[in-house]
Amino acid sequence: MRIWPIYKKELRLYFTTPLAWAILFVFMLVMGFFFNLYFNFFARLSMQSAMNPGMGRDLTVTEYVMRPLFSGFLSVILFLSLTPAITMRLIAEERRNGTLELLMTYPVSDGAIVLGKFLGALSLYAVMLAATLVYPAMIWYFTPLEWGALATLYLGLFVLGAAFMAVGLFVSSVTENQIIAALGTFMLLLILWAIGWGAENAGGAVGDILRDLSVSEHLDNFMKGVIESRDVVYFVLLSAVFLLLSLLSLQSRRWKG
Amino acid sequence: MIEVDKLTKHYGPVTAIRDVSFTVAPGEIVGFLGPNGAGKSTTMRVLACFMPASDGSARVAGFDVFRESMEVRRRIGYMPENVPLYNDMRVAPYLDFVAEAKGVPRSARKRRVAEVMDRCLIADVQNRLIRHLSKGYRQRVGLAQALVSDPAVLVLDEPTIGLDPTQIKEIRALIKSLGGEHTVILSTHILPEVAMVCSGVVIINRGSIVAQGPIDRLVEQFFPTARVEVEIAGPRAAVREGMRSIPGVVRVEESGDGSNGGGRFVVESARGRDVRGEIFQLAAQQKWNLLELRQVGMTLEEVFIRVVAGEEREGATPAGTDPAVATEVATR
Ligand SMILES: Nc1ncnc2c1ncn2[C@@H]1O[C@H](COP(=O)(O)OP(=O)(O)O)[C@@H](O)[C@H]1O
Ligand SMILES: [Mg+2]
Repeated sequence: MRIWPIYKKELRLYFTTPLAWAILFVFMLVMGFFFNLYFNFFARLSMQSAMNPGMGRDLTVTEYVMRPLFSGFLSVILFLSLTPAITMRLIAEERRNGTLELLMTYPVSDGAIVLGKFLGALSLYAVMLAATLVYPAMIWYFTPLEWGALATLYLGLFVLGAAFMAVGLFVSSVTENQIIAALGTFMLLLILWAIGWGAENAGGAVGDILRDLSVSEHLDNFMKGVIESRDVVYFVLLSAVFLLLSLLSLQSRRWKG
Repeated sequence: MIEVDKLTKHYGPVTAIRDVSFTVAPGEIVGFLGPNGAGKSTTMRVLACFMPASDGSARVAGFDVFRESMEVRRRIGYMPENVPLYNDMRVAPYLDFVAEAKGVPRSARKRRVAEVMDRCLIADVQNRLIRHLSKGYRQRVGLAQALVSDPAVLVLDEPTIGLDPTQIKEIRALIKSLGGEHTVILSTHILPEVAMVCSGVVIINRGSIVAQGPIDRLVEQFFPTARVEVEIAGPRAAVREGMRSIPGVVRVEESGDGSNGGGRFVVESARGRDVRGEIFQLAAQQKWNLLELRQVGMTLEEVFIRVVAGEEREGATPAGTDPAVATEVATR
């Protein structure tokens, strides 16, 4: 499969246009603001606990800074809105411009097109995640870090990103309008995120299923520093399903009609 | 090199092409001629493996475009109508991407890209954003991406549309230079283009092939007679009879009034038989004034008018074809 040229082209397009830089800028600006907030809170709390040994509780940076930094409500909104910014153009733009027609006549399989684009988007996302490593690095300067918990947290965020990029890629493949692709992706991600909230009301077997489908439920363990295979499988499966749907959507062109 | 057999394509309820069959021999440049909406782009998209036909089959370089699409795609260079390109890329990196996607080996890529940029006269804009290129340059970049893997077959959809006359000349010269080495099929709705660039022509109208073959043979086939236009001042009936009795003349037709009370005639004779001398002798003998005597060369244009406009007159207009457009083209 000739994935590499497609992948390189996508990355080139992200980074030679303002798009990737704009996304990175917004992301780091907002994350920096949150980090500042949580870190100050943590600093105050740990000072208090140092003065009151009676509280008898060890405060960890992972729990009080890194976890809320990535799974706080506002951070979730940030992830849900930046994903469409990354993925909306992937196929929709090429469909609109007609470059998809040309690309599909090159000796490159549809699967390679899907994977190349997916990996391109995921790489941009990985760069965004990597940029946030400055925060643990800063903390590390002051206080020791729990590397295991931190690595787990980042692993969780990475597999989450893979699933999000796959969802975005799929929505981008069904329309030639980038705005619709962006809104559709946001809605779909929101549903995947919030579907577990109905679990309490539904109760019983339905509640369990809803909880099992929900992105937030599965991310939770990673955030707590626990790697459960079912959570990993969930995100890998979610990515695979949407990659397959993207492939089908691309291939529908080639069906006899 | 290209064998199209009974190709049919429906878009929902619209039948874009029906039972289209033709062949293109290796090294030939064939013009795919037809008015707008005739089904040229549809046929080319099938040939380029962008979408399958509803029925029928097509083979390029011996491979079936549907079942062995990858093999065909390795051997074909396609330039779609309106030349879609990545606007945010620069010319040289874009061509490098295309070369890599088409499997040009790493070691040869730089050289191939440089060669094709030279050949298509775009080396001077190689560092420009495609977004900022003029229409003429875009078209040449489109041609360059089709050529970059040095494919055996080129499928070019309206390669000169929207260009100014100088640019059209340049592109035509470029395409003409591709013959022999490559097999080329290019679509156009501009008649003179075919005569200038192509050796053969396939004429399509309303989704069906109406004529095909080498241009001169096609002209012969549609106009088996040579024609002479005559204006003679003299008694019309006698003039007509006199010319009719010249050996070799198959038909004399009055085509209008002459200036001095005479008439204008079209005289058809067997091809290769020049009757102008006899007409002159006849007029001199009878003391008629011969005012005009002119041989009319039948061209592809007349063939086109006959097959396209003629059909337009006979048949009802099916959905999706604008007869006004066809006529506009036919009378160009
Ligand atoms: N994607 C499409 N969906 C529906 N109808 C189409 C589509 N593309 C072309 N057609 C119709 O098919 C016919 C042939 O179109 P096309 O192959 O583009 O003609 P040409 O290239 O000769 O101008 C036209 O009637 C056109 O309206
Ligand atoms: Mg067309």
